[in-house]
Amino acid sequence: MFKKLPFILMTLTFVLVLAACGSKNDAGTEGAASNGSGETATELSGNILAVGSTALQPLVEQAGQKFMAVDEYKNVTVQVQGGGSGTGLTQVSDGQATIGNSDVFAEEKIDDAAKVSELKDHQVAVVAIAPVSNKDAGVQDLTKQQLIDIFSGKITNWKDVGGADQAIVIVNRPSSSGTRATFENFALGTKVEDIQGSIQEDSSGTVKKLVAETPGAIGYLALSYLDDSLQVLKYEGVEATVENVEAGKYPVWAYEHMYTKGDPDAATKAFLDYILSDEIQQNDVTELGYIPVSGMKVKRDAAGTVTQ
Amino acid sequence: MNNKLKPRRPLREKHYWEEWTGRIYTSICVVFLIVVMFSIVYFVASKGLSTFFQNGVSLREFLSGKTWNPTGEPAAYGALPFITGSFITTLLAALIASPLSLCAALFMTEIVPGKGKKILQPAIELLSGIPSVVYGFIGLSVIVPLLRSMFGGAGVGIAAGCLVLSVMILPTVTSIMADALSALPKGLRESSYALGATRWQTIYRVIIPTVLPALLTGIVLGMARAFGEALAVQMVIGNAPHVPTSLLESASTLTSVITLSMGNTTMGSVHNNALWSMALVLLVMTFVFVILVRLLERRNRV
Repeated sequence: MFKKLPFILMTLTFVLVLAACGSKNDAGTEGAASNGSGETATELSGNILAVGSTALQPLVEQAGQKFMAVDEYKNVTVQVQGGGSGTGLTQVSDGQATIGNSDVFAEEKIDDAAKVSELKDHQVAVVAIAPVSNKDAGVQDLTKQQLIDIFSGKITNWKDVGGADQAIVIVNRPSSSGTRATFENFALGTKVEDIQGSIQEDSSGTVKKLVAETPGAIGYLALSYLDDSLQVLKYEGVEATVENVEAGKYPVWAYEHMYTKGDPDAATKAFLDYILSDEIQQNDVTELGYIPVSGMKVKRDAAGTVTQ
Repeated sequence: MNNKLKPRRPLREKHYWEEWTGRIYTSICVVFLIVVMFSIVYFVASKGLSTFFQNGVSLREFLSGKTWNPTGEPAAYGALPFITGSFITTLLAALIASPLSLCAALFMTEIVPGKGKKILQPAIELLSGIPSVVYGFIGLSVIVPLLRSMFGGAGVGIAAGCLVLSVMILPTVTSIMADALSALPKGLRESSYALGATRWQTIYRVIIPTVLPALLTGIVLGMARAFGEALAVQMVIGNAPHVPTSLLESASTLTSVITLSMGNTTMGSVHNNALWSMALVLLVMTFVFVILVRLLERRNRV
């Protein structure tokens, strides 16, 4: 038996190498819509690879599972990977992925205008972000200026904003994060530098745990992560609720984007339409803590201009 | 002669064939490995160096600049906070882990060789099998609150990072030390005992000095592991891009800032390239560790 070991190993290696080479180009999907032979009118098939934002990943994953279960689309495979918004935009721009998931407009991440113009934006959901603090901070409402002062290190104790006598610990996101960009753009209106001694975490779960457990901590989280372990802070007296976001009263929100390179092929278009359908928007989107795009009474463009 | 050879001939042919397939297979694997290794080095180097050659960030600013603000105006790419963070956590982790490992290794090989090895070795090997995210979560749920209640502040920081790291490198250091100790010729111990030395005298005066280079090899390999560890450290160290002034203050390591930002930046941007430059620094440090181990091994042989 052991005499054959080299053969087995060799075959295995080759198979692995070949498999690795073969699967590389699957992402460039061929949404073959065969309009031919009468009985089956349109049979969609193809592989969709959606890569990027970890904030959007759960929604795309869940929608992908449901999509593939629909009889009509059973020949379409949807694969979803994380990796972050930057990775998603890079890969869709380079043609490695069919869809690039992103928390921010491509304009904000890619400097090359020609590359940006190739990408087609599909906004599938809205994520609102609320400032949160540790429960013992004793503050329920912060103004824009107070938030700026806290995150830029001017105010270092909760008592200066009407709370307990407790040093403020900032739990921030890394400077490249989409959540931080949203928070800085729409809550602070300005970029802030990282303060010495502040904490940076990229995972919402870790941010939540740290804010809930560290005395005096302040951070920000998407609405889906909020619960009783945290003090959710009002922003300028406005509570971060779905209704307030939809009505345009609460400004700290951003679209979740699914970018395609040029117009999507038939299978990809079917998937994007499926995510925007009521089936997903009214159920999965709200279940997972996002806000449906259909409900938004205001619109926002890449430059941040809000229109009614 | 002819009669004897004849029946063996097919067998010999078979051996011949086996010999060659084995040879070809191993050669292919070796070539494959070399190609992979060089492509990785080339990839990291070309990406990492383009920060300096294409984006015009000066090497001096990168290595000695204290401000890291890639999204600011003007952008600053000083990686010194991360480099110091990596070195401090690694050295402290080695400082904590080495004596513990040495004691564990001595316990297994010198003090209670039979039972100690049976119980302690699997236990220590088990430590190396635990995924690093679990260490990170334990650090976040146990060590960070503990430090917070003992010393105040946020609890995250270098202290938490190096405590988590020291546990993570224990198995590496211990198993290398234990191997070195058990490879020691029996005659050494016996002659020491024969001269009337006690067990502690033997350990202290004979065994440790003899295997010292091998013990150091274990420590260096542990440090190499600590230097490259990303996930667990990232969860507990705090990741503020500043040179820390105390052990309890939030700091970053090269790996933690890479894992934190790599996915959020697009390929080809200066920010992304700067992260690859940090990866290059890590790679260079790994080479240094490997060279160190080689040097120690050479000393060991003499």
